[in-house]
Amino acid sequence: MESFDALLSGIALATQPINLLYALIGVTLGTAVGVLPGIGPALTVALLLPVTFKLDPAGSLIMFAGIYYGGMYGGSTSSILLNTPGESASMITALEGNKMARAGRGGPALATAAIGSFVAGSIATALLAFVAPAIVEVALSFGPADYFALMVLAFTTVSSAFGGSMLRGLTALFIGLCLGLVGIDLQTGQARLAYGVPDLLDGVEVTTAAVGMFALGETLFVASQLSRSQETIEAVRGSVWMTAKDWSRSWKPWLRGTALGFPIGALPAGGAEIPTFLSYSMEKQLSKHPEEFGHGAIEGVAGPEAANNASAAGTIVPLLTLGLPTTATAAMMLAGFQQYGLNPGPLLFTTNPDLVWGLIASLFVANTMLLVLNLPLIGVWVRMLSIPRPWLYGGILVFATLGTLGANPSQFELSMLAGLGFLGFLMRYFDYPVAPVIIGLILGPLAEQQLRRALAISQGDPAALVETGLSIGIYVICALVLLGPLAMRALRRKKAGSDIRPAFED
Amino acid sequence: MGVLTRFATGFLVAAAMAAPALAQELTIIAPAGPGGGWDQTARSLQTALQTEGLAKNVQVVNVPGAGGTIGLAQFVSQHKGNPNTLIVGGYVMVGAIATNASPVTLDQVTPVARLTGEYEAIVVPTSSPIKTIGDLVAQLKADPGTVSWGGGSAGGTDHITVGLIAKAAGVDPTKINYIPFSGGGEALAAIVGGKVTAGISGWGEFEQQVKAGKLRVIAVSAPERIAGIDAPTLKESGLDVEVQNWRGVWAAPGLTDEQKAGLIALVEKVNASKSWTDTLATKGWANTFLAGDAFGTVLKDEIAKTNVVLKDIGLIK
Repeated sequence: MESFDALLSGIALATQPINLLYALIGVTLGTAVGVLPGIGPALTVALLLPVTFKLDPAGSLIMFAGIYYGGMYGGSTSSILLNTPGESASMITALEGNKMARAGRGGPALATAAIGSFVAGSIATALLAFVAPAIVEVALSFGPADYFALMVLAFTTVSSAFGGSMLRGLTALFIGLCLGLVGIDLQTGQARLAYGVPDLLDGVEVTTAAVGMFALGETLFVASQLSRSQETIEAVRGSVWMTAKDWSRSWKPWLRGTALGFPIGALPAGGAEIPTFLSYSMEKQLSKHPEEFGHGAIEGVAGPEAANNASAAGTIVPLLTLGLPTTATAAMMLAGFQQYGLNPGPLLFTTNPDLVWGLIASLFVANTMLLVLNLPLIGVWVRMLSIPRPWLYGGILVFATLGTLGANPSQFELSMLAGLGFLGFLMRYFDYPVAPVIIGLILGPLAEQQLRRALAISQGDPAALVETGLSIGIYVICALVLLGPLAMRALRRKKAGSDIRPAFED
Repeated sequence: MGVLTRFATGFLVAAAMAAPALAQELTIIAPAGPGGGWDQTARSLQTALQTEGLAKNVQVVNVPGAGGTIGLAQFVSQHKGNPNTLIVGGYVMVGAIATNASPVTLDQVTPVARLTGEYEAIVVPTSSPIKTIGDLVAQLKADPGTVSWGGGSAGGTDHITVGLIAKAAGVDPTKINYIPFSGGGEALAAIVGGKVTAGISGWGEFEQQVKAGKLRVIAVSAPERIAGIDAPTLKESGLDVEVQNWRGVWAAPGLTDEQKAGLIALVEKVNASKSWTDTLATKGWANTFLAGDAFGTVLKDEIAKTNVVLKDIGLIK
């Protein structure tokens, strides 16, 4: 096992005391910026690049790896406790996680997120080490038509985030799709729905929308109900730790989330959001307690969190093997490599094996370190919910605003946050789900671009959409997802109906 | 941002204190998000200014949006007459100002210097039947729609170059089948994966893939052949096209001649410094330095030419 030996020497490099220190700095910083909504790991790495210039390459790359994984952990903490997704990939975590936290189960929610992230991160990093070259070949064979099929699959599963009413869910989804149209059309360079406002040319920022609709909307709603509502948030009900039942309900979603997150993260246009949507919907379908979804189902936290972290490791695959940065953070890490005159790409594994394996090993180290740091903190974090509600929500408001302003210091962005927050409040007040808005905002532009790209390449021939085996395979899965439940129901009705046959004959 | 900035500035201040001469405080606006070319240019300038002791405290501020026009508008409105701010930008901004009908243009800022440049390269997958730029142009002339070009955003340098190539080959530029991708990674994946006929972008985007034998470079947009790139120029292939994706730096409007000269002298010192030369070498950027009014004149000419091409492609009216 050549790669195994290489990995061992990588671990030796990553566990040198000085490199452990860099990893510690990285994960601490990463967790801090992940918690703050708006500020992501990309900006952090950008700020640190000039500072780390004097460090040796291994040290600074190890630190960046820590920031990268740390950001993913931090994002879930604020999602679960405060309903303020720090980044778009942890939005789905907020759906069930925050419900759990309000029911006094914040501890288990944080624990399943942390352990799930660790499990997913470790498996995905191992996959990165051993199957990266094979994965990347598959990833490259994905063309626009295949991506479009993947988006269609994501759309067919979106209804699981709708809550009670299909009509309300679709309304929310269409609001999101409309918001997604705002800005410069990538294919033609023309502005759409920008009404001559230059700030709208880049469209609606997903994190601003998520923070506005989730955190601000929720805060306004709680404030409007404060005098009437008797609901009390209990910080801890039952154990802070996961019970045996929690474990048995979590481990399968962790593995399934990893299986979705890693390959989709490795796709050059896959991203971290789509696997979280798919995982959530999958867990809801497979759960023995589907009725708990929307009220704090632990599977709905375990699966998407694992998917989110596995996709983070997946993103490293095209970065190391092809030099393709597919996320903003990966782009910053690429800049970090180039600062030392190293060019990630097909040749990096042969020209700088020590560094590559040191980086992969440091991902393991960062992952373990995050688990060790985060688990004991859970008890402290959940106490945050004992803060009296006016103070807690006041704090959330300040926190959300600062985060958004920190990422983009502009009056316009602030007004946008307020506007979307008010929209979120109205939707919450009239009992519309807000998650489909964000899903529409993310998926709409992606699907549109891939569809138009595929059609442009084929010069308008729609047959190109189903030309590849991949796209056909994905559409078959879509059909199964859509028709499967119907067929099952029909089958069940047939069985049950055999006794009451006459009822079917008229 | 608070804690982080303080953390980072803490580091920077510590680094700056080690520098021998303390000249002045500077803010450099990078009108793009972290990670891109303009951001890297701004941060490289920052590093050079500080390691050479040319400025006491240099901050980089990212103002992303709309091809740099948001940052430019903010720069003009907030920093008029302020001699301690610079904005980084480049050729892409010229196109963005035209396509976005930006109310603020490059006429309103003070040109300090063109710093670096990168020439465009045209590549095909190694397995492609297209061996030379001649083959590609022949297919383009026969049926322009069958040649799909993968590159950066619509109206950017890559798109403009394709428009110029079509014009030079006598093909209607509105007929080109240009497929824009956001972010270099996605475009490169589509090109290496053979999803488009040809790829066009800065040479640096393709270098590793060409060396690894996944892509074949068939032409570059430089005036002369470039050492280390095994491809002819467009000019010697009979296409009168020369494009440089340059990056430069501007100062605020409303400066006195003295302030302007001071900033030009400062950037000239950076350009002559060892740390800047080293940075360009590691990043693979060509030094195409051109200072002050000379830069301004070249820029005016380029803006006029670009607007003509964008009209020809049909992106602006």
